[in-house]
Formats: sequence, structure tokens, C-alpha cells
Amino acid sequence: MTGKIAISFTVNDERVDGNPEPRMLAVDFLRDELGLTGTHVGCEHGVCGACTIMVDGVSARSCLLFAVQLDGSDIETVEGLASPGDMHAIQRAFSRRHALQCGFCTPGFLMTVREILRNRPLSTDEEIRDLLSGNLCRCTGYDHIVKAVRDLVDERDGIVRVR
Amino acid sequence: MAEQRSVEGTSTEFSRPRFIGKPIQRMEDPRLLTGRGRFVADIRLPRMVHLAFVRSDRVYARIARVETGAARDIAGVIGVFTASDFAHIPDIEAQSTMPGYVRTACPVIARSVVRYVGEPMAAIAATSRYVAEDAAALVEIDYEPLEVAVTATEALAPGAPVLHEGLASNVIVERTFVEGDAPAAIAGTPHSVSGRFRLTRKTATPIEPRATVADYDSGRDMVTVYSATQIPGIVRDEISRLLGLDGNRIRVVAPDVGGGFGVKASLYPEEVAVAALARHLDRPVKFVSDRLEDLTSGSQAFDEEIDATLAFDGDGRFIALDAEIVGDVGAYSIYPWTAALEPVQVAGFLPGPYRIPHYRGHVRGVCTPKPPTGPYRGVGRPMAVFALERLVDMAAARLGVSPVDLRRRNLVEAEEFPHRIGSGIVWDRSGFQECLTAVEQAVDLPALRIEKAARKDKWIGVGFASYAELTGIGSRIAVAPGMPMNTGAETASIRIDSTGSIVATFAVASHGQSLETTLAQIVAEELGASPERIRIVHGDTAGTPHGTGTYASRSAVIGGGAAIKTARTLARKIKRAAATLFDVEPDRIETGDGRIFVPGTNLSTDFAGLAKAVYSDMSALPVEARQTLEAQETYDPVSGTTSSATHAAVVEIDSQTLIVRLRSFLVAEDCGKVINPLVVDGQVHGGVAQGVGAALLEELKFDETGQPIAATLADYLVPTSAELPDIDVLHPENATPDNLGGFRGMGEGGTIGAPAAIANAVCDALSHLSIRVDELPITPDRLHRLIAAAGRGMG
Repeated sequence: MTGKIAISFTVNDERVDGNPEPRMLAVDFLRDELGLTGTHVGCEHGVCGACTIMVDGVSARSCLLFAVQLDGSDIETVEGLASPGDMHAIQRAFSRRHALQCGFCTPGFLMTVREILRNRPLSTDEEIRDLLSGNLCRCTGYDHIVKAVRDLVDERDGIVRVR
Repeated sequence: MAEQRSVEGTSTEFSRPRFIGKPIQRMEDPRLLTGRGRFVADIRLPRMVHLAFVRSDRVYARIARVETGAARDIAGVIGVFTASDFAHIPDIEAQSTMPGYVRTACPVIARSVVRYVGEPMAAIAATSRYVAEDAAALVEIDYEPLEVAVTATEALAPGAPVLHEGLASNVIVERTFVEGDAPAAIAGTPHSVSGRFRLTRKTATPIEPRATVADYDSGRDMVTVYSATQIPGIVRDEISRLLGLDGNRIRVVAPDVGGGFGVKASLYPEEVAVAALARHLDRPVKFVSDRLEDLTSGSQAFDEEIDATLAFDGDGRFIALDAEIVGDVGAYSIYPWTAALEPVQVAGFLPGPYRIPHYRGHVRGVCTPKPPTGPYRGVGRPMAVFALERLVDMAAARLGVSPVDLRRRNLVEAEEFPHRIGSGIVWDRSGFQECLTAVEQAVDLPALRIEKAARKDKWIGVGFASYAELTGIGSRIAVAPGMPMNTGAETASIRIDSTGSIVATFAVASHGQSLETTLAQIVAEELGASPERIRIVHGDTAGTPHGTGTYASRSAVIGGGAAIKTARTLARKIKRAAATLFDVEPDRIETGDGRIFVPGTNLSTDFAGLAKAVYSDMSALPVEARQTLEAQETYDPVSGTTSSATHAAVVEIDSQTLIVRLRSFLVAEDCGKVINPLVVDGQVHGGVAQGVGAALLEELKFDETGQPIAATLADYLVPTSAELPDIDVLHPENATPDNLGGFRGMGEGGTIGAPAAIANAVCDALSHLSIRVDELPITPDRLHRLIAAAGRGMG
């Protein structure tokens, strides 16, 4: 518990240095030390996915990582995705489809969606549902989130659907 | 319905409604989508200290000794506070004038006895939450265990130990509803079905846990409390009373709130402690509940058992309903709703949307050593609808008629409204029959029947549930029985400032309901402004003299009504000012698309122009015409309005794993006039998802000693995207209610109908085994036991 460890990493393309206690969670470091409060804490045991961030291009639960594990890595959080005046395609799709209500789980979903859009075919809604199932949302019943992701997949794959 | 109006002489053409009913994208979205929302846990203030609560790990025990020395010695600990530090604060007591209600006293910090695992025992303030938790682990408590009745059944038994010293028994709520003579009618009717139904304990589980920050300004003796609450006004009023501070010295703000669903609609001891300690320490104090704390000390829900009998004649007409209801209300009667809220609503809503001439519903709420039950989406009605709709399907099976036909025969018909049910609730005109018909037409029953017969690996079933609920309840009745608090009115203030922009302020609170968008749509519609030019302020007691918040499906109806009433008053002021400006009669002024104009002329200005004329340009208007462009009105619909729906669930059960998979879910509902279809559908989806959780997954288990077993989200299972199907929502055309705006509340209905529809679908899937689902959630484990028992029965 005593003693601090110097770390250095990039978050949203900005270099940061820190000196956390070894036990400090990555999510607490991001939120409390760096003021990046867009990443949320929902359960602290890796179930809900609200704290999902990108670590070196791969999604990770920042409540299951220690801050010291971020050392030397490239971190992306929701704040890095875009700004309110110029939203990212994923964010625009979520808004268009009303895929968020209270918005608390949303940053985690955005990170997950960003990853699966890059890496997965997402050819069926079942596959989308399966890959989103690591993020809990208590407001939407997921229906509109699945529709938003389907729109993004169609956009990615150049599919035009008649609605 | 849209009326086309052309304005001669100008190029402006308006069709009304411009905004009501339109799928407008939400104002809330940009900040929430980019991590710029501001939730309570995001608040950081200079010199802020972090609070951790030491919580009881005993079910029911006398506190012999609390030793805090070691905790105080840790570097970074600012203070350790036990019951004696809160001795000046009265206990929290929920009041009700309902006969048969007995109050309980809930101390802010447990004083001499703990009554559930999770009850706050001490509070530790430290420079970080890490340090506060270190210290919490070092607080030593000696307990003397007390004899206790853990389940409602045990607590009801004669001679059972009483949880609250000084009370005659563990029953703190008792009420009977009687219409006609149900027992006699049942005895005299040839057909009846009976069952014992149980909906186990749940909790709402918003993804944002509870959180409170209090900021004390000692120079002004003012506390600002930021809390993840649905009821900032109620929290303000009660903290004012408990701390003995004038209301103008306490401001309660609900900033962005990460879901509520009822669990954030009660006053918590922690909120009082945080406010008191901020004052005591003269420093900002922050408490953020973790998931374990939320699962063991947030309000819990449902947990009732109903013994019920439904009698009907040979034509399937319902004659009588008799029910004995026992609710396990937990350790304390929750503030402000009381322990009566949940179980009494079960009895109140049990007769449902049907004609049932004779009704008797006897309900008791029983104290047990568990966290208090409080409001959770649906309140009482998920249980009531589950029991009644199971009975309806059992009656249909008995008579050999289809479940849909039996419902059609008994649902109140259009011309029978208003219809008073046996508990005294009055349904106004609502689309009971229309929703059932819409669902019947949308579900391809013959195809499902063919598939059901053909499949061997999967058991396929379809289930229906119809219900009605009272929403937007005005002041004639309290939301909770006998509660001395006006939950029937809301106030709106709308002002146009000197730049011409519009701010509308409400006491309702939004935690996902999209009120910043829907209320802006309403105000924009009435004023002829555009929604994106209107800023909605809500959830802040500084903005309004009185208001209770968002719960009980009231904000669209009562808050929306207040928006309309206030906007109309303001529109008259706008027209008067513009009439003077244009030198015409006020009734010639119209507004639309941000313009204020006289049709057929070139007399036209915008809101900024009018504001300038009224406030800034001293030559435009005579002094007496420069009336502030501001209005405030209170709206009270007096009675409530009836929302209704029919749900249909199609399930398939894997005959090997016994996992129940929802293949499709359909809702046809009557919520009156739709303000924003995106938002309405989203609310229905979310409600259904919680109903699915209640039906298939979610259960707060306790062992036989009363220790909670579900302490993480790996034990308490809320639905993921993989467990849910697409949810289709239909809005059959119906007559709109006569409240202002014609809106009905619709935030809770999804949770009300889904458990019953799913239970009926599972029974249908297993009809070859004659299995009756009478306890939810219907997990593979419970299903296995039912199937095994059915097998034994057949053997």
C-alpha cells in the first residue's frame, strides 16, 4: 500500500505521467488523477463493462487493471473519440437510433462497438448481440443499440437497406 | 391529424404539430456520448473528503461495542463517526394515515440494533476512498446475535420474534379491499381456478450506483447536495427537517443520473449522513456506493406471495376474485413511500383491466431482517399482473377457449369507461381491447402451433398478458396510500431572457427519460419556437418552490401538463407585447418556427427581436407594455389516466439445458399522445428488459439465516443483449385522455406485463406436461424441479 510507482503512457494521443500507489485501479487513475470522467465505474468486478477503454487498440476493463499496468501503453477513452460538436460515426449512429438513455453505460459500449466494428464481420444481429453481451445496459433493452450497430455495419460494408 | 395552415402574404407555412410526435434526436446525447456528462461521481471539489460506510455483517443483532481507535490512527483519516455523532438527527420515519399502517424508526446510523446485513454502522471520512476503506476494515464491532424470523412466513407465525422492539408484531401494513362478496360468489360459481404465486426479491440495478456529494458553504451556512436521486425536492424537504435547516439553505441537485427505476426514488440514510458531515467537517463530502453496497443496501423490490382464486361462469365471464397477499417489506418502512407502497398496490391493481364484480384482496406487509423494499419500476403491478394473468390462462385452459378470446370476453369495453374496479381504482377510456386485438393480429399463432407440434429439441410457447395502470396521478390520491405528501402537481417556469433564448425550469428529474428533449418539444410546440433553442433545467431545487421528482410514470403527464399550461400563459404575454409592437390586436399574432408575426402582413420578428423590444430597446414599447417575458404555472391533473397494453412473448425452451430463450416480444400499448416515438419505444424496450430479468434471471437470494447471497453482478443476473430478442412496439390508435396534452405515462409498463407474458409462454411451451409456473424467475433449476415433479405425478 505504501510506495508509489512512476508510470508514463499516452491517453487520447497525449502523454501523461503519474505516480500512483500500486493498488490504484486504472479507472480511478483515469477519473480521479487525470479528470477523464467519461469512463464510468459500474461494478468494480469486471461484469458491467461501463469502464471499458482501449489499451493498445484492444478493449479492456479499466476496473480490472491497475494504473501501473498502463505504463508504456497507448490508451483511448471516450473523450478521445470525438467532441460534442463533431461526433464520431458511432456516436452519431447511437444518437440517431436513440441507443442511449441515461448514458452511464454508453462510453463502455462505444469502446466495444469501435473494436467489434474493426475486427468482426457482424453479419447477423445474433453476432452483434453476442459481442455486445459483455456490456450491461439497464435502460434500453439493447434493441436500439443493436440497430445502431447494424447501421454502422451496413455503412462499413456498403449495404443499403430499404427501411 | 396534422393540420395544414398557410400564412398568406408570407413564405412561412406551418403544419401542426411541428414537434409533438416527432422522432427528434435528443438534446442530452452529445454530452453523454462524448464523456462530457456530469454524474455525481464525477464531481471533484477542493478539500473534498471521501466517505466509506462500515456496514453490518449481521442479520439481526444488538451492538455491544464499536471500537474505532485503530481506524482513527490511519494516516489520511479525517474522522470516524458512529451513531452518537448523529444523535441530534431524528430517525427517518415514513408517515401514512392509512389504517393498519405502523411506522418504523430508521436511524441514520444504526444505534443499538442492526436489522439487516448492509445497514450503515459507522461512517469514515478520509482523503481518499482507498484510505476510508482501509480504516473501515479496522473498525471492530462486537455483536450479540438476536433471535429473528427471516422469511415472511416465519415472521407471521404466532410468537415470532418481533424485529422492532415495542411493536405488537412484524405486520406493519394491513389492508383489505372488498367489493361485493367474493367468497360467497366463488362458492356459488361452478368454475374456479386457484394458485399460489410468488415473485422473488429484486433490485432495480441502474448501472450507476447511488452517489451523493455535499458541498458546505460555512460563510452562508448553505449546503448544496448533489445526489443521484429521482426525488430532489423530497430529499431537500426531509433533509431540511432532519438537520433543522431552512429550505433556502439546502439545495439538492440531481445532475446527470445514471438510471433510477425506483431505487433512487427514496431518501437514504447515507444522503442525510453526507449532508450532515459536510456541515460538521466544513468540507465537501463525497460518497459513492459500490456495487456490493447497492445490492445490499439499496431499496429492494417485490417479494410477495399471493394465494388467489378466480371464479367464472360457463361462458368464461369472470365473477369473483379473492386474494390473500403477503409482502416481505424488509427491515424498515422506506421514506417517503412507506412499506405499504408495494404490497398495497398489488392488492389495489389485482383486478386488472377486467370486469370482475366481486373482489376481496387482503394484504399484509411483514418486517423481516432484509433491506427495505421500495419503489421499483412497475410497483406492485408486476406481481399483480403475474398472478392474475396466470389465473386467466388457467381459466382459459379449464374452459378450453383461447387465452386471447377469454381476455377479449372480459376486458372492459370502450363504452364501459370510466370503469371502477373492485379496489376502487377508476379506469378512464383506454385501449384495452384495441391493444389485445393489435397483438392478436401481429402474432402468427397457427404457424407457431405447427412449429410447436413439429419440434422435439425445443419446446415452443406463446404467452399473453394484458394490464392497465394508473399514471400521472393527480392530487386526489397519493401515489402511496395515506402518504401526507402532494405527488399530484408539478410547476414549470419558462422565461425568455434578454437575448431571446428560452429557459424552462421543472422540479421533475431525468435519469434517462429524455425530459430535456420531450419537454423542449412540448414548450417549442406551444411557443412556436424550435426545440434546440430551448434549454430545459430540471432536478434542481433552486429552480422551483416545490416539486417531488420523477417516479410513478408522472413526468410526461404532470410535468408535460405544467409545460403546456405555463407556455400558454407565456404565449399570451408574447402576443400582448408583439401586438403593441405591431399595433394590432393580440389575437392576430401567431408564432411558429421561431417567428412572431401577423399572418398576411409583413409584420414579423423573432424571439430575440421581441426580447430586445421588451427588455433593451427603450424606444420600441411604452413602459407599461414592457412586461417580463416569464410565466410560472402549476398543473395538477387531479385524477390519473389509464395506460394499458397487451404483451406477447414467444419462448423456446431447450429440452436439454432447460434454458428459456425469448424468441420475440411484442407490445401493443396505449400511452395516449406520443411525444417522441424514439423515446417511447426506448422506454418500452427498457421496461420489457427489466420484466425479462424478473421473469428469467434476477433474484436476490438470502440464506436461511438471512445473509444475502447475491452480492455481485455475477450473482444477481441482469439481462444482457444476448438474452433479449428484438422488441416490437405497436401503438394502436386510441382516444387520448382529456388531461392537458393527452399524454399517458408509459415508463413502467414494459416491466408490468413482461413477467406474466413470459410465465404464460413457458406454461404454454410445457403444456404437454401441464406445468404451472407460479414462481419467478423461472430459472433452469426451478424448471427442472417442476418437470421432475410433473414426471413423478404422471408416473
